[in-house]
This record gives sequence, C-alpha cells and structure tokens, in this order.
Amino acid sequence: MIPVAFDYVRAESLDEAIAALSEHGDEAKLLAGGHSLLPLMKLRLGTPSVLVDIGRLSELSFVRDEDTYIAIGALTRHHDVQHDTIVLREAPLLAAVAGRIGDPQVRHRGTIGGSLAHADPASDLPGAVLALDGTLVARGPAGDREIPASEFFKGFLETTLAPSEVLVEIRVPKGTTGHSYQKFVRRSQDWAIVGVAVARVNGHVGVSLVNVASTPVRATAVEQALASGASAADAAEQAAEGLEPTGDANATPEFRRHLARVLTRRGLVEAGL
Amino acid sequence: MKVEVGVNGVAYERDVEPRTLLVYFLRKLGLTGTNVGCDTTSCGACTVLLDGESVKSCTVLAVQVDGRSITTIEGLADGEELHPMQRAFREHHGLQCGYCTPGMVMAAVSLVAENPDLDEHQVREGLEGNLCRCTGYHNIVAAVLDAAQSSREGAW
Repeated sequence: MIPVAFDYVRAESLDEAIAALSEHGDEAKLLAGGHSLLPLMKLRLGTPSVLVDIGRLSELSFVRDEDTYIAIGALTRHHDVQHDTIVLREAPLLAAVAGRIGDPQVRHRGTIGGSLAHADPASDLPGAVLALDGTLVARGPAGDREIPASEFFKGFLETTLAPSEVLVEIRVPKGTTGHSYQKFVRRSQDWAIVGVAVARVNGHVGVSLVNVASTPVRATAVEQALASGASAADAAEQAAEGLEPTGDANATPEFRRHLARVLTRRGLVEAGL
Repeated sequence: MKVEVGVNGVAYERDVEPRTLLVYFLRKLGLTGTNVGCDTTSCGACTVLLDGESVKSCTVLAVQVDGRSITTIEGLADGEELHPMQRAFREHHGLQCGYCTPGMVMAAVSLVAENPDLDEHQVREGLEGNLCRCTGYHNIVAAVLDAAQSSREGAW
C-alpha cells in the first residue's frame, strides 16, 4: 500500500519545522518516527499534502533529571523510554508502558511525542502521562507553552496543539511509590481493548483509562473513593462510573465497563494499594 | 528526491519519490530477500536492521533513512559462511514455508545484539512483532536460544 503523494520537507532545526508548519497550516503533518502517521497514510485515511520530517532533530531526544520532575524530549523513542535509567528510577510507569507498545520494531521507531500528539484513544502513553499529571511543552511561533496533560487531549486524534506548534518536551513528576499498567489485549502486539494506568506519586493516586472514550480519561470516582479511604476492591468498582464506551469487534460496551473495573482493581493492587 | 543509503555496506544513491517505502526501495535494488507480508506494521516479514536495530521496512520511508545504514538478510552471511543466526535456524529447522524467515532472522539478530542473555520467555516476547503463519514458533525459539548462547560464548 502506497501513500498519496506528498511534498517532503526535512527540518534541520526546530525553527525550520515551526516555519514550515506556519507556512502550510492544516495541510502539513509532522513526521517523527512515523509509526502512527505512516500506517494511516498507507491506508489513505490520512492524506497530508506536506510532511515535515523532524526525525533528525537529535536535540529533541533526551531524558533529564530535573529537581522535582523528569523531562523527556518528544523525539525519545519508546525503546529508549523503556530502558532509560532515569525513567526507570523516577517514573517507572512510563518505562513499563513504553515497553508494552506494539513490538520491538515499533519501539525502535515510535516516539513519545508522536504517540501523544497523535492522540489515539487506544494508545498507551497518553493514559500514563494523564495518570502521572504530566505537563506537555509545545513550541510555536510565539515561544513555549506548557499544557497540563488533563487539558491536552480534546477528542479522537485531536489535541490542543495549534497547527503551527510542535510538542517538544514531556514532564512528569518524580516521587513514584507504586505503579501499574494493565493492558488487556487478545494478541501481544495489539492495541489495548481497555488499558488502566495507576500512578502513586507523592501521596496522590492517579488512575486513568484508555480506549473507553474518544480520549484517555481519568477515573476520578476511583481516585475520590481511594482518597476517602476505600479499599482497592471497593474503589475499583467505581471505575466504569460515567463511562459510555463504544462497542466494536473486540468488545461490547458492557465488556469494556467490566474490563475497566477488573483491570483497575488489578492495577491498584499491583501498585500496592 | 536524491537519497544515499548504505545497504549491506554498499552506498546506493537513488532518486526516489518521498512516498517510497523502504521495503520497496530495497526490493528495487534487487534485494528481494526482504518480503512484504501484511504491509500494515504487524507481521514483521519486512524486518531489516536500521543502524543495527530491527525496524519494519514497510513503515519507514526511504527518505527517512537517507545517509543511514541498512542491513538486510542478504547482508548477514560472510560469503559462503552463514551468520550464526542463519546457521541456528538451519540446524533447528526454524522454518516451514520460509516466508517469515528473513524478517524473523533479522528481528532475532537485533534481539540478541541488545541482550544475548535471553531465556525462552524473553525470546518469545522479543519476537512478538513477527508472525509465522505456519505456527512454527517452537523451532524458531530453539534456534534463537541456541544462537544467543553462541553469542554469549563469543562466536559472533
């Protein structure tokens, strides 16, 4: 399968990438690892007329240990997030989640920024960054903008990034004392039918669910129940509260609600709750 | 657009359309050992090494690897001398119809290069991106475990 023809712009700097996006607007898409975008283009579900390749901007691939958080460059590959010693020590949920994405070949190409900016509601990292109360840093013509993860995901494949903005950095707080990612799949390399991310950070428990709505969502009822002293089993019963998941070939809406409860309980227990 | 790609140690300069996928770029060079299987980033038949790491060449553009180094199944053997992974696949009969084999071997080479100290579970997980529709996984896993051991013993 061959994508529709497009113009290719190789950005040699972040400024060049932003300038190209500003020039081409909605017609352009950023190409990082290409492991969300290229499959869509091959199926001709995506037909951008310009690809701006930022894959060579090595300054966007890093992990830094800051005072209270770790900063991960948007072009850091899943493979590197999975194995990075700082991530493993300070944000082990992210390493665990990155290691469950696709397969080794996919993890050698796919990037954390690409996955977040693509915003597929079934993908793994958005749920993890949401559970961790992460912050996303976007750079545009006017400079940097910090976006809380809770405000980043707007809809199916839709984020609050402006057409001329580039996601450059992901920040997640240090201080994890427990974590879990429960991903229910029929085959190992599949997308999550339902996924649940749990992060205990600085005394707070964040729980998020993927592939139960058009965006990843926080399980606020579970978090509130835990904060009021409920047991993991009782809190997990609240996991499907307010959810109206869609049905597809993999799962009915009721099965997804069931998975949300069961996986949340398993996740809370694995996180030590 | 002009690209120069190192393939199995040879530099190829070609003019390509930006939408040209790496797998078709390689096959047009006459290197047809890399198979197109599912063409949807699932089956792994098109796996090659990009700077030594396994990637699915149906989901990489040729323009993305401009100036970089690719190894295909044709680049593993040293003349008549098979690569230890190829030898292990032959000794353990790690193939049935053979269609998945080039990708399976390349994925296994990358897996062992990253961590030669593998147990059976890690081999099975490490090959999750490669499907054998003959379901001949048993001997494939045995071959990779054997090759990993030879790598640990310094035979690579």
